[in-house]
Amino acid sequence: MSELTQRTIYEHAEALRKKEYSSVQLTQAYLEEIDRKDKTIGAYITVTAERALERARNFDEEKDSVSKASVLAGIPCAIKDNICTKGIKTTCASKMLGDYIPPYNAHVVEKLEKSGAIILGKLNMDEFAMGSTTENSAFKICRNPLDTNRVPGGSSGGSAASVAAKEAVYTLGSDTGGSIRQPASFCGVVGMKPTYGSVSRYGLIAFASSLDQIGPVTSTVLDNALVLNTIVGYDRKDATSIKRTYEDYTADIRSGVKGMKIGIPSQFFGDGISDDVKKAVLAAAETYRTMGAELVSVSMPSIDYALSAYYVISSAEASSNLARFDGIRYGYRCDGYDDIDEFYKKNRSEGFGTEVKKRIMLGTFALSAGYYDAYYKKALQVRSLIRKEFTEVFEKCNFIISPVAPTVAYKIGEKVHDSLQMYMGDAYSVPVNIAGIPALTLPCGLGEGNMPVGMQLIGPAFSESILYRAGYAFENRGK
Amino acid sequence: MKMIKDYEMVIGLEVHVELKTKTKIFCSCPTTYGAKPNTQTCPVCMGLPGVLPVLNKKVVEYAVKAGLATNCKIAHFSKQDRKNYFYPDLPKAYQISQYDIPLCENGYLMIETEEGSKRIGITRIHIEEDAGKLVHDDKYGTMIDCNRCGVPLIEIVSEPDIRSAKEAVAYLEKLRTIILYSGISDCKRNEGAFRCDVNLSVRKKGQTEFGTRTEMKNINSSQYVAQAIEYEYKRQVETIESGGRIVQETRKFDQETGKTYAMRTKENANDYRYFPDPDLPPIELTDDDILKLESEIGELPDERKQKLMKTYGLTAYDSDTLLTDPAMANYFEEVAKHTTYYKIVANIFTTEIMRLNKEGFFCPVKAENMAKLATLFGDQIINSSTVKQLFGRMWMRDFDPVDVVEKEELAQINDREVLDAIVEEVLKSSEKLINDYRNGKGKAFEALMGKAMGLTSGKANPVVLAELLKNRL
Repeated sequence: MSELTQRTIYEHAEALRKKEYSSVQLTQAYLEEIDRKDKTIGAYITVTAERALERARNFDEEKDSVSKASVLAGIPCAIKDNICTKGIKTTCASKMLGDYIPPYNAHVVEKLEKSGAIILGKLNMDEFAMGSTTENSAFKICRNPLDTNRVPGGSSGGSAASVAAKEAVYTLGSDTGGSIRQPASFCGVVGMKPTYGSVSRYGLIAFASSLDQIGPVTSTVLDNALVLNTIVGYDRKDATSIKRTYEDYTADIRSGVKGMKIGIPSQFFGDGISDDVKKAVLAAAETYRTMGAELVSVSMPSIDYALSAYYVISSAEASSNLARFDGIRYGYRCDGYDDIDEFYKKNRSEGFGTEVKKRIMLGTFALSAGYYDAYYKKALQVRSLIRKEFTEVFEKCNFIISPVAPTVAYKIGEKVHDSLQMYMGDAYSVPVNIAGIPALTLPCGLGEGNMPVGMQLIGPAFSESILYRAGYAFENRGK
Repeated sequence: MKMIKDYEMVIGLEVHVELKTKTKIFCSCPTTYGAKPNTQTCPVCMGLPGVLPVLNKKVVEYAVKAGLATNCKIAHFSKQDRKNYFYPDLPKAYQISQYDIPLCENGYLMIETEEGSKRIGITRIHIEEDAGKLVHDDKYGTMIDCNRCGVPLIEIVSEPDIRSAKEAVAYLEKLRTIILYSGISDCKRNEGAFRCDVNLSVRKKGQTEFGTRTEMKNINSSQYVAQAIEYEYKRQVETIESGGRIVQETRKFDQETGKTYAMRTKENANDYRYFPDPDLPPIELTDDDILKLESEIGELPDERKQKLMKTYGLTAYDSDTLLTDPAMANYFEEVAKHTTYYKIVANIFTTEIMRLNKEGFFCPVKAENMAKLATLFGDQIINSSTVKQLFGRMWMRDFDPVDVVEKEELAQINDREVLDAIVEEVLKSSEKLINDYRNGKGKAFEALMGKAMGLTSGKANPVVLAELLKNRL
């Protein structure tokens, strides 16, 4: 194991500045880790070694003068494969986009590259971000680096596994219903789902537009804040992006939690949760109390409807978002059809995997004439209700603490044939997307099989600073 | 055809108008018509994975202007919805349109027909994006041109208030004029910038409930709209009278045969699964926004018509003709500054200029010269055939008609003695025509006039000449 790959962004930035090692050496070290481990882990779909080394060389030779200023300059990262990278295959882990090369960069990729980031490659995921285990990748499964018999979570499985396996310093994932937080939790790393509208979605291949949000996966809370600092901000190409002044998330990250009120919602610690997870998260809450925070119990009765509302809204939007993948202009193209209707059917039947087709059908049904009011409209009503409940809860506390998932990472193949079980696992993560608010995930202890348990700190819109502050305090407890 | 009189037709029109914004509705690609295929495209209008739409504010402004010009209520809050269906010319497989909360609602416009004026209700006006175009080629098969993808449209839906082809045409012409005056579209029909869908049903006169309607899509000219309506009306009445049933369906109007053909029935129709587009925030307008747009709209046709009739003493017909294009009315008023023979100027417009202008007003003749031409005629210096001749030449190459009339001695002969002598000469050699005339053949008189005119090289004052000829006969 290379010592180089054990460091954080913050440490690398310091070392690169002092020229302890070069960006090329650093990039090389990570590429070697990928070479050595990724056959087993399966975190990467595409590795862009040459491109990465060339960019690293440019950094070392100071060809790129602007990028030097950024803390991310010269440091290797990787991007989930549903975020468009100009000239680099972007597949969404789908046969449908198996050879698709975008002609433009996503806004976040543009920002990273301008900051001098070195992109190592594109990361494995559940097809079109639909799934909780990365077993739905059309190309290969991804394994949990902490126990390769277990799933890394999903859909950003590759994003979390690569950070845990030190195959990248940090990564970007996307979170529609927990897709950053749950794999971060399963792999024992730090993940942030930012406030909806704070990170541009331009170039993120949409799953559910009203829920999707890009966020960082890192090994520490400070690193996470550093990456979010770079990718956050208004973008005129995204009409849902919010114009405001985005603060420096590291500014008061060391200020602690003294005097903060932390809500513990009973509904997040109910029947479905396993004991090890419950114990670890409540212990973390207790730790906060000893740090001077006040614990208050809060109630969110509508949370029970969140999961149903989530599956209706996300599937409905997905059915429309994924309709463009028809094989006419780009993407997978089948053989043997007599007319255009048959072509559409055959191409989409062959190009999409089972889970994707299931959700498209679910969503199509929910939007159909005669069912719209009963499903989609009702789901939107639940959404307003949940938003209202969060608003009320945040009048009583600064943020909420909860588990991310009801269990630690489970065995590969364990739930893949039981959709309902799998969907139930999203119960604690989806309310955050439904409300459009931020949530930070970080490890808070160990559970069954010595696997990490992740806790989730949920705050009101644009409270990322507070969440990072609380996350940092916990991570550095006792130091 | 006695039975057909027992029925009335009920028509509602849906008109799609391409707005003349410089850029498309959701990206900054140009909207220029006729560019090389797929040269006015970008990832956004091509619907590539990951792109997002950002609404062009001008589109909202133009649509609101259309609404204000047609007396609509403007929504302070409206939203955009996705209309989902698969077709190769629709890259996202959904069209961004407006479903239940359109920008403009409950308007109307007034039309004039031989039966007088009538109010036609406008149900709604909404904004949406146009689709691309499929190009069929023998060698390469079907190809897609995405230049038109994302060109902004408004759809103007009328109430089912129209009862005849004439009313439908009057409505379309009036609507087109209003849109032109609002400055939001060129309404060029040959470029598909003003397209019409016709919804038609029939019912027994006196019956209050509507019959089953059919829809005829994308008809580009008023003449074809009238043809389609007449055919479809007859077809529906005949179907019902022979014991048949009208099926709710989309029918295609064939310009070659003048007939309509069934395309698809309601049972086979798409369920568009409309839902609010999550990529686009709601459109919100304040009273101030709306007032500002209202102040930007110039004089509308109805106002201007009153002015033309009052200031220049024109007939309603002449005024309407001039108003079909604001540029033409502007030109008329420019000419009117240099002459007082307004009616004569208007006549030249309604006959000569209209004949030479097929789409959009254009006149290469300077307003001053045009005024001189009218004055020459009004002062009886030249006759109408000389007007026609001179105007034709001025159109090709503009000149001062006063100079030319003098130089080429085109002034008409008003002298009664001279003309009477010519009449006498003609009659001497026209025994057969004189007999024909006396036997009641009207054409003979025209022939005699022609002969006399010929002797003056077309310069005789036709009124005086006819009077003298009649006297002698």
